[in-house]
Amino acid sequence: MRFLGFLTRRIVGIAAVMVGVSIITFAISHVIPADPVAAALGDHATDQQIAAFRAEYHLDRPLPEQYLTYVVGLAHGDLGRSIRTRRPVADDLFDSFPATIELSLAALIVAILVGIPAGVWSAISRGRLPDHLVRLGSLIGGSIPVFWLGLIVIGLFYYQLGWFPGGARIDNFVAPPPSRTGLFVVDSLLAGDLVALRSSLLHLVLPALTLGYFSTAVIARMTRSSMLEVLGQDYMRTARAKGLQERFVILRHGLRNALIPTVTIIGLTFGSLLSGAVLTETIFSWPGLGRYATAAAVALDFPAVLGVTLLAAIVYPLANLVVDVAYFWLDPRTQRG
Amino acid sequence: MASAVALPVRGLRLVARAPILANPLNVAAIALIATFALCAAFAPLIAPYDPLAQELGSRLRPPSPEHWLGTDSLGRDIASRILYGARISLIIGVVVVASAGVFGTIVGLVAGYAGGLVDEALMRLTEVFLAFPALILAMAIAGALGPSLTNAIIAIAAVTWAVYARLTRGQILSLRRREFVEAARAMGASSVRILWRHLLPNVLAPLMIQASFDLGSAIIAAAGLSFIGFGAQPPTPEWGVMISEGRNYISTQPWLSLFPGLAILLAVGSFNLLGDGLRDAFDPRLSRTD
Repeated sequence: MRFLGFLTRRIVGIAAVMVGVSIITFAISHVIPADPVAAALGDHATDQQIAAFRAEYHLDRPLPEQYLTYVVGLAHGDLGRSIRTRRPVADDLFDSFPATIELSLAALIVAILVGIPAGVWSAISRGRLPDHLVRLGSLIGGSIPVFWLGLIVIGLFYYQLGWFPGGARIDNFVAPPPSRTGLFVVDSLLAGDLVALRSSLLHLVLPALTLGYFSTAVIARMTRSSMLEVLGQDYMRTARAKGLQERFVILRHGLRNALIPTVTIIGLTFGSLLSGAVLTETIFSWPGLGRYATAAAVALDFPAVLGVTLLAAIVYPLANLVVDVAYFWLDPRTQRG
Repeated sequence: MASAVALPVRGLRLVARAPILANPLNVAAIALIATFALCAAFAPLIAPYDPLAQELGSRLRPPSPEHWLGTDSLGRDIASRILYGARISLIIGVVVVASAGVFGTIVGLVAGYAGGLVDEALMRLTEVFLAFPALILAMAIAGALGPSLTNAIIAIAAVTWAVYARLTRGQILSLRRREFVEAARAMGASSVRILWRHLLPNVLAPLMIQASFDLGSAIIAAAGLSFIGFGAQPPTPEWGVMISEGRNYISTQPWLSLFPGLAILLAVGSFNLLGDGLRDAFDPRLSRTD
């Protein structure tokens, strides 16, 4: 019961935030100096064309009415029609979102697989060379512009060494796997298509490493910091005093406890990956939400901008909610509190 | 009563007395930031060439004694453009942090001190801005207002202020029932005076740490917006614009993008390093583990 109450409160909170997000984005995209009609139809449109366009996108109605029309549509899963692609925004998002999810998940996996061991290694070698290297790597990861890193990585691993492809999700000469999840790697596996699997995995390497570096740095720092806290605890001394092997003590007693704050950071990182994905997708010609958003903003395609913003804005609180729900089950103290 | 007088200025003293210079990394960070600031201030004196002067006979030259960091596709000197770019990037960082910091801090002060409905309303608004994916909102704002450096600054400030509001409000909540605030109120101090004179100094330390990190984030965000065409426009010698201009030459003349990117990395890295150092200096508990 307590869990249901907690969940309801959080979902109501997220809904309230989404209303706020929709109002602000709507205001930005409608009370603007730029003219979306001119952007869509060009300078030579006739008065009839302009009037038809304004009627189609309800631009001839008062602003509150436009917003209400939008919200009513939203309640029916209708995000409006894109000015640029002339397709329903929901369809566009449905097509481009899986590419971003695949890229973000791959980046997160890189970040977890590299960040946690690096943080542990740094903590247990505190003050020595490995610690300095990990801290320097983390500092660089937190300070490097992702679009520049992407360019450098393409220059080195695609143009100079030729190890990995420099853009797109799959080779031109390979047929994409039949879409079930929209994630090429998963779909290739499900279809048993090893050629598509190899191609999509190779295409994922450079963008995932580029996008994942920032999160790797954040996770490594957090793991190091919480591991250092844990290493000084009494129960670690007790474990060692029992004669347990150092590796066992660190992994079983240390890392398990140090991971709790790291899990929170992983949840928060997922939200920030989406922002990074915008620039990474631009560099790697990755046909995801980020590229769609950039093209929409350039074309003043406000229904598309609204749709992307709403979708992206819900990911962050949802990721937080998943972390909180995981905590609720994992940590009995939150259930009492 | 003595503590009631002493406590309000504790925050300022904490800032002034924090052992910032005891850590060699902080000294290195401050030295790097000072170098960037000097380059920015004296760019016209230091830069060997006019950052906008095109010399088509010397296009795409690699680094050499004449052009330390080479030339770009229009024969412009990259070193000179980077020096002038330091000016733009530092101004972006300072303007974003100053405007977002002041606005967010005022919102946080009011929310935390007033409490009740005001707090509830302001914090819900803050949550909305925190939920926005920063770059996408900044793109929407910059796209709507039209691509320019000023609009990029407005967009980045619009997505930055909420952090300061939440940070300040959290601090105020823990301070507003403290004795020195009660004492000031009992002595007839107005709300504005209590906020300005007694509460604000006590929240300065965490705000300064946040500001240091945000200076770097603002520089990266502005460069990112310029890179995708929503910020500074060519031929402005802005680092993001320069990386974008070098994009098509990454396989043959990588220095076009390499050096402006390194400049961003160094500038942002030094602000982040300083942020780490300030956090350690202001919070000794963290410095034991970091």
